[in-house]
Amino acid sequence: MRKYKISSNLAISENGFLFYPLTGESFTVNQMGVQILNLLKKEEKPEQIISAIIDEYDTDHATAERDLGEFLTQLKNYKLVNEL
Amino acid sequence: MDKKVYERPVIIKQYSGLMNKFGGTTDQTPIKDIDGVSVKQLVEDFGSPLFVMSEDKIRANQRKMLRIFKTRYPKVQFAWSYKTNYLDSVCSVFHQEGSWAEVVSEFEYDKARKLGVPGEKIIFNGPEKSSSALIKAIKENAKIHIDHFDELYQIIEITESLNLKANVAIRVNMDVGIYPKWDRFGFNYENGEAEAALRRIVVNDKLNLIGLHTHIGTYIMSAEPYRLAAVKIVELFNKLIDEYDITLEYIDMGGGLPSNNTLKGQYLEADQILPSYEQFADAVTSPLFDTKLSGDKMPLLILESGRALIDDAGYLISEVIGNKRLADGRRAVILNAGVNLLFTSFWFKHKIVPAQDTGGFTENSSVYGPLCMNIDCLREEIVLPALKRKDHVVILNTGAYSVTQWMQFITMRPKVVMIMQDKTVELIRDSENLEYITSPEKLPEKLKEFSL
Ligand SMILES: Cc1ncc(COP(=O)(O)O)c(C=O)c1O
Repeated sequence: MRKYKISSNLAISENGFLFYPLTGESFTVNQMGVQILNLLKKEEKPEQIISAIIDEYDTDHATAERDLGEFLTQLKNYKLVNEL
Repeated sequence: MDKKVYERPVIIKQYSGLMNKFGGTTDQTPIKDIDGVSVKQLVEDFGSPLFVMSEDKIRANQRKMLRIFKTRYPKVQFAWSYKTNYLDSVCSVFHQEGSWAEVVSEFEYDKARKLGVPGEKIIFNGPEKSSSALIKAIKENAKIHIDHFDELYQIIEITESLNLKANVAIRVNMDVGIYPKWDRFGFNYENGEAEAALRRIVVNDKLNLIGLHTHIGTYIMSAEPYRLAAVKIVELFNKLIDEYDITLEYIDMGGGLPSNNTLKGQYLEADQILPSYEQFADAVTSPLFDTKLSGDKMPLLILESGRALIDDAGYLISEVIGNKRLADGRRAVILNAGVNLLFTSFWFKHKIVPAQDTGGFTENSSVYGPLCMNIDCLREEIVLPALKRKDHVVILNTGAYSVTQWMQFITMRPKVVMIMQDKTVELIRDSENLEYITSPEKLPEKLKEFSL
């Protein structure tokens, strides 16, 4: 999976509220989404994110990978991340 | 250490000024059991999709409805509308509760007879009654509700040629201010057709006129049309007494009471806008006190309520096949049950509820069935939590017109079980298989061989 860089001034609140000052758009994200966004902020690679998820949650690699891929596509469409 | 429950990541864009359907009013509490039997166990034992009927709920619905009407009018008889759900087990529960049978075809008539309903407790409605069906019904003293003049003449012919006497009523249609007007069934009240039919019947000594029938439509959303209908029927009833000295045994006000399903065009949920059954019962019964009869002589009120008695006693359990993101960003959930099993989803927004714990995060989703057809959509828009492959959902209010209108199309029809009052689960209809479906087929000899 490709690596993504999160837009630097994206504001993420604890409870899953996202605000993107450049466009004034806001989003809501669930807890798993927040966790992934925070890992992206730490510049973790997708493989590392997947490992972190399967370590902590009751899921398998294939599911985590597919869901992460889809989530990243959405983030990209909303222009919240850039492909590296 | 146990791992945390996984929920896939979700992001939803907020549109300022518009209310996001987010969280919202959708009930997120999963339905993990039905009548105390776990959904998981049901699926393990019987597979999915799976229709589940609740014996307890059917009985409770019937008893409650009977009480509502009997506390308003002394003589009430229900007749179970077979087409609403004619599984033998379902009909038998209603018959055990004292309901007669209301049928609209020879097949339904035979089904009722086979279950042991005596002919005189069968109401034979509908526009198509074959001669063989009519002969049988007349001989067995069924209550035949005549739909049109040709049928009336057909019955006269039969009774004369076989020297039989038929118990008949006419179905009357009338303007009660609702759309669509169901004027294609029965004889019209306003244009005098109903009276003309009655005049024709009363002079024939082979026809025993015993009642008047109307059924103003289905899923009627207000009570007033019932009152208007009852007023007009009572007028006819009294006219027969005044002009022909004929006292009828009963007035049959049909069915049509709504269930708790919400129509597609309706914004508010059904239970927020529909009148109560008590209000409907007031509307139906109050005009009946204006017949020229009183006390013991008052006519029997027959009701043919269908969906109101069974819809919420039926559940459809289905499994998530997969998730998809549509081109416009919407989430799509694909289930193993589609419009083939749930014909009613063309009109109703069936509630779909997860059968296991999910995260609290919900998203606007479309729900599709397994058919390779664009029309196979159960809900265009519903707020659902993240569901994953192999999760289960319970689709509510699927007891009416589901297992009678379902189609054998692309896939086969699944099992139907009934949860009994003692919490045991009985298989009441097996799933279909290839042999069942192909057994009526005939393959010509010369088509049997090919080499590819
Ligand atoms: C003659 C007759 N009686 C009863 C019913 C049952 O109707 P519902 O399910 O709306 O109560 C129907 C169905 O349309 C019907 O045609």
